[in-house]
Amino acid sequence: MAEDIIGKSVERIDALAKVTGDAQYVHDLELQGMLHAKILKSPHAFADIVSIDTSKAEKLPGVWAVLTGEDVKQYKIGLYLVDKTILAVDKVRYHGEPVVAVAAETEEIAQHALELIEIEYNELEPVLDVKKATEKDSPIVHEDLGEYEHMEGVFFPEPGTNIANHFKIRKGDIDDGFAEADHIIENEFYLPQVNHVAMETHTSIARWKKGRKVKIWSSAQSPFAVRDLLGKGLGLPHESIEVVVPYVGGGFGGKAGIHFEPLVTLLSRAAGGRPVKFVASREEEFNSVPVRQALLSRFKTGVNEDGNIVAQEIEFLWDSGANADYGVNVTKAAGAAGCGPYEIDNVKLDSLTVYTNKLYGTAYRGFGHLEVLWATERQMEHVAKKLGMDPYELRKKNILRPGSRTITGEKLYEHSGSVGKCLDEVAKALNWDQKKEEPSAPHKARGRGLALLHKAPAMPTDVGAGALLKFNENGSVNLTLSLVDYGQGTYTALAQIVADQLSMPVDRVNVVWENNTETEPYDWQTVASKGLFISGNAVIDACKDLKKQMKEVAAGPLRASVDHIVLEDEKIYVNHHPDHYIEYKDIGMGYTYPNGNGIGGPLMGRGRYIAQGLTNMDKETGQGLPALDWTFGAHAVEVEIDKETGEYEVVKMASAFDLGRAINKQNVIGQIQGGMVQGFGSAVMEGYQFDGEGHIRTNTFTDYKIPTTMDIPKDFTPIIVETPQVDGPYGARGVAEHPMISVPPAIANAIQDALGITIDELPLTPENIIEHLENK
Amino acid sequence: MKRTISLTVNNRPYTFEVDDRKTLLEVLRKRLSLTGTKEGCGEGECGACTVIMDGQAVTSCLILAVEADGTDIETIEGQSIDEDISDVQQAFIDEGAVQCGFCTPGMVMSTEALLRRNPNPSDEDIRVALAGNLCRCTGYYTIIDAVKNAANKRGGKK
Repeated sequence: MAEDIIGKSVERIDALAKVTGDAQYVHDLELQGMLHAKILKSPHAFADIVSIDTSKAEKLPGVWAVLTGEDVKQYKIGLYLVDKTILAVDKVRYHGEPVVAVAAETEEIAQHALELIEIEYNELEPVLDVKKATEKDSPIVHEDLGEYEHMEGVFFPEPGTNIANHFKIRKGDIDDGFAEADHIIENEFYLPQVNHVAMETHTSIARWKKGRKVKIWSSAQSPFAVRDLLGKGLGLPHESIEVVVPYVGGGFGGKAGIHFEPLVTLLSRAAGGRPVKFVASREEEFNSVPVRQALLSRFKTGVNEDGNIVAQEIEFLWDSGANADYGVNVTKAAGAAGCGPYEIDNVKLDSLTVYTNKLYGTAYRGFGHLEVLWATERQMEHVAKKLGMDPYELRKKNILRPGSRTITGEKLYEHSGSVGKCLDEVAKALNWDQKKEEPSAPHKARGRGLALLHKAPAMPTDVGAGALLKFNENGSVNLTLSLVDYGQGTYTALAQIVADQLSMPVDRVNVVWENNTETEPYDWQTVASKGLFISGNAVIDACKDLKKQMKEVAAGPLRASVDHIVLEDEKIYVNHHPDHYIEYKDIGMGYTYPNGNGIGGPLMGRGRYIAQGLTNMDKETGQGLPALDWTFGAHAVEVEIDKETGEYEVVKMASAFDLGRAINKQNVIGQIQGGMVQGFGSAVMEGYQFDGEGHIRTNTFTDYKIPTTMDIPKDFTPIIVETPQVDGPYGARGVAEHPMISVPPAIANAIQDALGITIDELPLTPENIIEHLENK
Repeated sequence: MKRTISLTVNNRPYTFEVDDRKTLLEVLRKRLSLTGTKEGCGEGECGACTVIMDGQAVTSCLILAVEADGTDIETIEGQSIDEDISDVQQAFIDEGAVQCGFCTPGMVMSTEALLRRNPNPSDEDIRVALAGNLCRCTGYYTIIDAVKNAANKRGGKK
């Protein structure tokens, strides 16, 4: 039984609750006496707040609390660079920024109250262009940057400018590298801001309690990060804060860190402890909640005639928007992968987080890697074109291999995974070595494209997580941990691991769904594709601890040494007497001898794991060991394009990922399909648009489209490559984010192959294609 | 203004007074505590609030409660009795068509409405029928498989 549970497509443990509508999200929760919050948002991208008059709103019957920036200005919130206030203070810095918040007995009263508030603004010239924002005469978005707390030695803000962080890589000698090169190829690449579009919008409830305590229910990816940042931000001790996370309707990075939890906490306090709920409307989800940053990349590549890339100079200008708390880390983490999965001896890379007056940036599935690899994988195509070389051959020649060093100086091994295998798998799936199929009509063209990717978890060097296993009276176990399963399927994989470790059926493992910081062991955050790796190891550790206790207690009644005791199929026995056994249910709460004597007591397995051997990166050179593990991947795409309209279809696509070991094959395929389609959205249709004054023009589903059933590639083949990760649970490494990375360049490269046009700006719309065809 | 309406929800008759500005979605979720029906946008664009009204899949956020007067409504809660779930729900489980689950009730209801009017849908029929239901997690492949699976089990395609 137990041997084959790993790798099996076990039914998701949350499936029944979700298909029946039984699963309760924060959206669905109502508390006795609960008030409803609404926020008044900035109509301007950049303005001084001259005055706010809330007097009429405060007098409206049913209004319990009204807060402005003046009431909350002493609180700063942030993880990496503490630059956020809970409401705008003195200035608004983006269109949609929350300025005033109201809590009232009904949503209608709260909405009416907002209409009674008068605000006078003095508009300022907004900073909207990321390039101009770095120039000396640019207006400054955060004049107090020098005073903001940040992780010292990790991030490097430049006060007096709009640069919130400057991350550098210096490897080899860039001048020697270019001197050696036969060709030098320079290009610029751009992609706009993108929204996560989780189907459940951000929702939080807080109930302020006597004794300066608070209980929060939130649609959050990381209950402990919410607790920590709320505590630090509001000056509350950790033990006074309880964070509960029930079912969460998607996150994709957008619910990492902290969002509206401080606001509802302060509203509840102001309302005398009545619970306050805030549900972001879809418009607010587009307007007032952070997004994936835009990125402008400049690449200069030195390559020899034989295709060997010898030097690369890169500048990344990240449009971080009005806050850079999270953006600084995206800039660093993606910068550390900035050359793509290639070995290049001489690299100079500068990755800058730049403030502008736009919606601000945060984590989004891939954490900067989709953005960075959009550039690297397009640049590879430019290089291949220049050399007249097959893009497959060019990539094959330069990829990271065992023995290669990454741009941060990390050496790779056989067990680090193989981008080459992924490349070969997708090339084979699309018959790369054979001629393309003919287009279906004369006015159409066919093209094929490849793109590679790699990503390591972007996280502090010392990230850890715990896990607790408790027996139930009937011999089943409860697993508690604060990693959140907001759809990835990790809990099902962890249940499989417990079932295998303890030799019991998977349906006897109850993974406690609702997360609670009061009762669960710590986890830093549910991000970075590190969940299964770190928590999987912690769970194995907990199983070992529990098994040790089971053997120790059983050793008495079995009258044997623990070394000879076997656990199998929910039974404990001495290895040579399998018929003389104790069932798990008779030992889980302690063993009772026939005469009534009890021993052992309730058994509990404690597990923990922490990332090992990682180091911070050097400030000047970026050299260090930031990667827990690398997951490599590749996409191959075939498109057919109508040359007259620019309309195109992805007629065939294959994507391969070296994920070490698939614990649950069905769920892994689901992650790959879903991730690929999200990347497809970034490629073909998604992107924020702003008008000349910085107003967001894409704040509804009418203006901001995501893929539907009508849009997705019809013929898609997900491929699993398994090079086991030595330190991963059962050899597994993460693959949650990776499927969306490099989908855009794979499609753009196919368009280039079909039409000979080079599009270096997303999204790849038909209009964009026609424009390039006309300018060809 | 308040108005009294009568409707059937999951075979249970209701008569109550309702503000004529309230949507069917608000009434289902707040008044009847049927929170399985989700709100994803409030604009009729995402399909998370899909219910079946007199046999047709509708986005309940765009329908005023007073418009539902005299109708027969089915929500996700009516698709199962205790552990006894519908063939569509079972197909969603079997095909791994569930991730975060927020779109799932709407998807199940759109599928149910589709299979009743077209027991033997082509791939294209399925894509068209679900085009108004957004899902950000699955990429739709497993959902389309689930619809086919349910159609097969229901005896459409053999």
